[in-house]
Amino acid sequence: MADIQHLKDLVSQVRRDIVRQVHAVNSGHPGGSLGCTEFIVALYNEIMDHDPSFQMDGKNQDLFFLSNGHISPVFYSVLAHAGYFPKEELNTFRKLNSRLQGHPTTHEGLPGVRIASGSLGQGMSVGIGAALTKKLNGDDKTVFTLHGDGELQEGQIWEAAMYASANHVDNLIATIDVNGQQIDGSTDTVLTLGDLRKKFEAFGWNVVTVSKGNDMESVIAGIKEAISLSRKRTPICILLHTVMGHGVDFMMGSHEWHGIAPNDEQLAEALKQNPETLGDY
Amino acid sequence: MKTYTNTGNKDTRSGFGAGLEELGNSNENVVALCADLTGSLKMNAFADAHPDRFFQVGIAEANMMSIAAGMTIGGKIPFTGTFANFSTGRVYDQIRQSIAYSDKNVKICASHSGLTLGEDGATHQILEDIGLMKMLPGMTVINTCDFNQTKAATLAIADHHGPVYLRFGRPKVANFTPENGEFKIGKAVILTEGTDVTIVATGHLVWEALEAAKALNEKGISAEVINIHTIKPLDEEAIINSVKKTGCIVTAEEHNYMGGLGESVARTLAQHTPTPQEFVATQDTFGESGTPEQLLEKYGLNAENITLKAEAVIKRKK
Repeated sequence: MADIQHLKDLVSQVRRDIVRQVHAVNSGHPGGSLGCTEFIVALYNEIMDHDPSFQMDGKNQDLFFLSNGHISPVFYSVLAHAGYFPKEELNTFRKLNSRLQGHPTTHEGLPGVRIASGSLGQGMSVGIGAALTKKLNGDDKTVFTLHGDGELQEGQIWEAAMYASANHVDNLIATIDVNGQQIDGSTDTVLTLGDLRKKFEAFGWNVVTVSKGNDMESVIAGIKEAISLSRKRTPICILLHTVMGHGVDFMMGSHEWHGIAPNDEQLAEALKQNPETLGDY
Repeated sequence: MKTYTNTGNKDTRSGFGAGLEELGNSNENVVALCADLTGSLKMNAFADAHPDRFFQVGIAEANMMSIAAGMTIGGKIPFTGTFANFSTGRVYDQIRQSIAYSDKNVKICASHSGLTLGEDGATHQILEDIGLMKMLPGMTVINTCDFNQTKAATLAIADHHGPVYLRFGRPKVANFTPENGEFKIGKAVILTEGTDVTIVATGHLVWEALEAAKALNEKGISAEVINIHTIKPLDEEAIINSVKKTGCIVTAEEHNYMGGLGESVARTLAQHTPTPQEFVATQDTFGESGTPEQLLEKYGLNAENITLKAEAVIKRKK
């Protein structure tokens, strides 16, 4: 296991990257990015067997697909810190001629991105496809996907959920970021999701709940539990309970920070709450 | 003029099925996905011979398209199969984001295109699919004319890296191209040379264009007939060279006149050599129930109408 303090330092640095990227262009989605920081840092630095000298095919590597592409700031920061591309490139986020498009894409050739996402609901199906190909290739690595809880309102998610269990896609671990917020308000007020554990179980999935999704030890334990349940003829879902905007007190728990950027004073306040640990880009 | 023989009516979808079956044996990376229409798409032979590489996704076309995109990661070449309507309009966003924008090597294979699904009516027909697919950057759009050419195209697209839309039909139509003929993506086929009018056609209207050329020939009019099996990328050179000789053109397709072959040809000519053009196509309408023969006649998608349009466009020559 990686040094847990190093992972926590990385989390602080990634949170700085998120708010700085979004502030620099006055555009982007800080709330969900901050909420998923521990999870994506853990995946790329503790869990996945992956190679930053990027190959699109990803053979004999664990793969990650970000389905809720709007949380690109956290994804880009973690990829850069993992060595996929220079950290300085985070300066180009959402700017003209950048590889760091507002939502991730393969189109500009950014290493680490294997599918475009942004229009919601497609990533679980893509993950299933990649997982099926791994089986055909005799590749025993795992496919991870991440989805927003609001994204579960897209019908295609449930087509995919039905398919994965019916066809024993047991090398897939799909994580749902359960923060209870979406653009227009709480998920309960926009379109309530009901009991997600029961829903996934009814669709034939094994479900792992991580109640403290912003606690590094809990996140790692939850992912490892999910991996231990894989290869048993059933897809696995992690219900990752996070707080939108975690790590920046005035953003925490509010849908208001789903898709707006901090101003200069707010940026300074956010950075004060997340000390520089590994060096800014 | 060069003439062609119909070696017997066959359906283009069976050409796809035969091509897919052959690919199953020759290319182990080829996988096939179907949304509950295996028989209609003639995918049974592949499914029976290669059950490990055949994926029945059920009535869930959006899931099918995105799974296909994911399967390319690791080197598979997915062929998806369902009706043209459900292969395009229903799943446009999935194709746009996960396949075209992501440049995934997926072959979207669509049967029952156009009107000739017949009695099922407009919900199951589609006259907009060429337009939808050709507007996507990087998408190759192919519409084959007969059984042999559909089989050849199916084999050819497996060796072409990138997203492809392959469109074919339901009814049995004249089979006249060579068996095991070569299929070059993006290369028009000049079927018969002529000097008075160019007729470019796609799909099974290519045969109708040949019939029209015969009728025109009897009236002393020399028509050049070109088979445009690839609508994107369009063989602009072949079209421009032909109209420089004939001075006018008729386009023929089982598709709306907006967004189809005719529109691509018009844009090409407007940019390079403005030329009088007439369109044999549906006129911005939905289809309806009827037998394929009745529908083709009602909407003027036949040799008689191509002949009339050819005579009309010749009169517009300056």
